This record gives sequence, C-alpha cells and structure tokens, in this order.
Amino acid sequence: MSKTLYERIGGEPAVSAAVEIFYRKVLSDYRINRFFDNADMDKQIAKQKAFFTMAFGGPNSYTGQDMRNAHAGLVKTGLNEEHFNAVMEHLGATLVELNVPANLIAEAAAIAESTRNDVLGK
Amino acid sequence: MFTLTIDENSYTCQPGETVLDTLLRENINLSYACKKGTCHSCMVRSPDVMPPQTSQTGLKNTLKTQHYFLACQCYPEQDMCIKLSDQSDFYRMGTVIDNKLLNRNTILLVIAFEDAFEFKAGQFINLQRNDGMTRSYSIANIPQQSNTLEFHIRRLPDGKFSAWLHDEISIGDSIAVSEPRGHCFYLPERREQGLLLVGTGTGLAPLAGILTDALAHGHTGPIHLFHGSRDVEDLYRIDEMRQLAKQHLNFHYIPCLSGKQAPEGFAVGRVNEIALSRLPDLKSWRVFLCGHPDMVNQMKKQVFLKGASMADIYADAFLITLH
Ligand SMILES: Cc1cc2nc3c(=O)[nH]c(=O)nc-3n(C[C@H](O)[C@H](O)[C@H](O)COP(=O)(O)OP(=O)(O)OC[C@H]3O[C@@H](n4cnc5c(N)ncnc54)[C@H](O)[C@@H]3O)c2cc1C
Ligand code: HEM
Ligand code: FES
Repeated sequence: MSKTLYERIGGEPAVSAAVEIFYRKVLSDYRINRFFDNADMDKQIAKQKAFFTMAFGGPNSYTGQDMRNAHAGLVKTGLNEEHFNAVMEHLGATLVELNVPANLIAEAAAIAESTRNDVLGK
Repeated sequence: MFTLTIDENSYTCQPGETVLDTLLRENINLSYACKKGTCHSCMVRSPDVMPPQTSQTGLKNTLKTQHYFLACQCYPEQDMCIKLSDQSDFYRMGTVIDNKLLNRNTILLVIAFEDAFEFKAGQFINLQRNDGMTRSYSIANIPQQSNTLEFHIRRLPDGKFSAWLHDEISIGDSIAVSEPRGHCFYLPERREQGLLLVGTGTGLAPLAGILTDALAHGHTGPIHLFHGSRDVEDLYRIDEMRQLAKQHLNFHYIPCLSGKQAPEGFAVGRVNEIALSRLPDLKSWRVFLCGHPDMVNQMKKQVFLKGASMADIYADAFLITLH
C-alpha cells in the first residue's frame, strides 16, 4: 500500500510544527486576523491541527457539510475569496519554511483548494 | 490481554486494540475526533502507572508527568486504571493555622494537614464551604515538611466566598480542600531556559510557588517576574521579591502599576505590555501567565506571536463564574 500524503509529510509531528508557524502568520496578517480575534488560543490550535490534518489528507471525519457549518458564521461576517487566498498563501509559505518538497506542497494545496466552495458557502 | 479499570468497572483490552477502541466497544462515552493523536480530544489519565511513551506524543510536559495520555494512541503494556476527567470530588479537611493581611484587600491563608499533601507548586485546589459553595484558589508555596498550603486571597467587591474567608474564617477552623488540579507548574528540565512570569493581583500566588520551585531546583536561565495591579496598595510581597532578586542574580522582579501614580522603583503601564516591551524576543522561553482572564488570554496570543511555542505557554485564568 502506498503511503498517504499525511504519512509522507511526517504525520503528527509535522502537523504540530506546521501549526505553530502557520498560526503566527495568520494572526499577524491584518487581512484575516479579525476572524480569529476572540478565539481561545488552545482551542484554535486544536482546530488548526484539524485544518492541517485535513490538508495533508490525514484521518479526519469532516464532510463538505461540516466545512460549511464550521465557516458559516464567518461567511456571514464577510469571509470571501480574498481571505481564502490569504490562507492558501500562508499554507504554502509554512510548508516551504518547513522544507517540504514542492510536489507534496502541491498535493496539500490541492486538497485545501478543493474545500473552497464549502468554506465560502457557495 | 490487559484489564482497564474505570471507577469500579473493569474492561478487557484485546490484543491490537487501543484504549479508545476498548472503551468505545464497551459503550463508554469518551470524546474523540481524529484517532491519530492530533486533536487531543481523547485525553485521559492513568494515575498509577506510566502510560506507554507513544501515547503521550505531542502533550505538554506538565501533562506527561501527571500521566495524561491519548487513549487513541495507547496500546497498553500492563493493566491500567483510567481516570476519564479531572472531576474527582475527593475533599480532605485541613486546619487554618494563619490568616493575616498581605495588603488592604488580600489575605494570606495557611492551611495545615495531618498527612502529606502531594502537589506541584502552581497548581490550584478547590475550597468548599459547608453549604457546598466551592471556589478555586492557587497554592502559593512549594511542598513543605509541615504539610502546609499557602493561599493569597483577594476580597472581591460583593464576592461571597472571598468575603467569607476574609471575615469569618479564623485560626483553628477546619475547611474542606480538594485534590490539586491544573497543569500550570514548573518542571525541572531545560534549566537554562528563560522563564517569563506575568501575573495580576493574586496571580502572584501560583507564580510565587513556581518561582520558589524553579530557584530551589537551581534554574540557571534568566527568570523575569512582572507583577501588576492598578495601585501600589494592591501589590504585595514587594520587599521579599526585591530581596530575592538581590540573592539570585538570574532573578529579575518588576512591579508594575497601571494607575496614575507610580512611586519610584515601579514600572508604569499594563503588566503584559511592560513585559513584552522589555523582552521582545521570546523564542525558546517558557511562559507562565496567571490572574485576570483578559490579561491571560491576550498575553497568550502576544507571547506566542513573540516566538514562544504553544507547548511552553502555561496559564491559569482566574475565571469568575457568575452565579
Ligand atoms: C484556576 C483558578 C485559580 C484561582 N486562584 C485564585 C487565587 O489564588 N486567589 C484569589 O483571590 N482568587 C483566585 N481565583 C478566583 C476565585 O476562585 C474566586 O472566583 C474569587 O475568590 C471570587 O469568588 P467570590 O465568591 O468571592 O465572588 P463571587 O460571589 O463569585 O463574585 C465574583 C464577582 O462577580 C460579581 N458578581 C457575582 N454575580 C454577579 C452577577 N450575577 N452579575 C454581575 N456581577 C456579579 C461579584 O460582585 C464579585 O465582584 C482563582 C480562580 C480560578 C479559576
Ligand atoms: C483553506 C481551506 C480551509 C480548510 C480546509 C479549513 C478547515 C477548517 C477546519 C477543519 C476547522 C475546524 C472545524 C471544527 O472542528 O470546528 C476550521 C475552523 C475555522 N476556520 Fe477554517 N478552513 C479553511 C479556510 C479558512 C479560511 C479562509 C478562514 C478565514 C480567513 C478560516 C477560518 C476558520 C476559523 C476562524 C475557524 C474556527 C471557527 C470556530 O472557532 O468555530 N478557515 N477550518
Ligand atoms: S482522537 Fe484525536 S487525539 Fe485521540
């Protein structure tokens, strides 16, 4: 059996390393940090882990509908394509910083990209 | 095959099964989401035996030493007794042996026990009154030969429990004390690491315990304690902390006042802002935040952005539940 992207990228330790770098980028980005403003840090870190596990094609039980529900409140307060692009940017930059090979980055980006319509409630 | 015990019930963990698998098969209600050690929602505790190393991957070190582990990652290596959550309601009686003012609205309360009371400096306990009213208070000292616990208790305007402790509890009274809780405490490892301690008001209580513990363990890295309040009358232990800073060259004490008046020797401004301006790079620091929930939650984010790793940020927000 061929290894999943999640395993090839490095599993849980890779997710933990990525979350720290990614979440610092997100919180420092004036374009999108308002969406994360009144959030409890520890809970957010757990959700970011869920985000990465998902983007790495790792085990998760989220459906498209779950993605819609999780972001529905944000869409109401203005979440749009540009915000989504900003998150994609930080995802790519984080993985580059971690020296993940380009072909694996492309795979992860494609998975995240596939959730666009659900996240944006389209 | 190993036996898992929860309260009075025993379950058999089949070969190849994780603890989570067994509990789910037995219809025990345990939350989980990823089954891959990522989400930490399946965290449980093994009070008696050390869980397998792989089941603790990714947990904060203070959780590891208390034998917390991820049920979905745990293939037992021996029989285990499992606690599902921290809500054990075991109280024991202590005797108040001191109750005196630390400043105009804070008392030092010292409670003694007949037997050893195991805890880590910085943890908190619940105190309970006869009518069942319960509040959390942080332990301010390190374990003593004399089995005593110290608390710093601030009187809140119209606060029920704090007023009772201030006005009606006196030396000789007995009081119910829960088991210690929380994972905001010092571990004697990476002794060269910088330690940042930031507290408001009685947030000094857990920090004083953590500080004493770190110094007792010979911590060699710089230790910076920022203690803040509005007025100088609401700080306490100022002289003791200054004295300690003279004795330990790596310990720095910075009392902060956010009100209008600040005598010489005090930093002016909010305690978290002062700390951040003096320590702009917190990469590889260990951080302890205690006291006002707004300060604690804001500061968690700020120290993270300044480079501290989430695994190195320990916090106790003194949440007040409105009744
Ligand atoms: C982990 C932890 C550790 C803690 N450690 C310490 C410590 O070391 N030292 C310490 O002094 N405290 C500590 N606390 C806080 C402590 O647990 C109590 O919350 C505090 O003493 C207040 O309790 P109280 O019964 O006096 O006040 P409460 O009666 O609970 O009231 C609290 C405040 O809220 C107001 N209030 C109450 N009900 C309402 C309402 N319905 N609407 C509006 N306002 C209301 C009251 O006027 C009062 O000012 C800690 C808390 C936590 C969670
Ligand atoms: C790129 C594709 C994205 C994926 C795969 C994704 C995935 C997720 C997941 C798995 C969760 C956790 C859901 C839960 O368990 O509650 C979540 C929550 C969240 N996401 Fe996204 N997300 C994406 C894009 C975005 C964007 C663009 C934003 C805003 C700029 C955003 C902001 C949030 C916030 C604020 C939460 C937390 C909501 C809450 O606290 O309930 N996400 N996301
Ligand atoms: S279920 Fe997610 S860590 Fe165990």
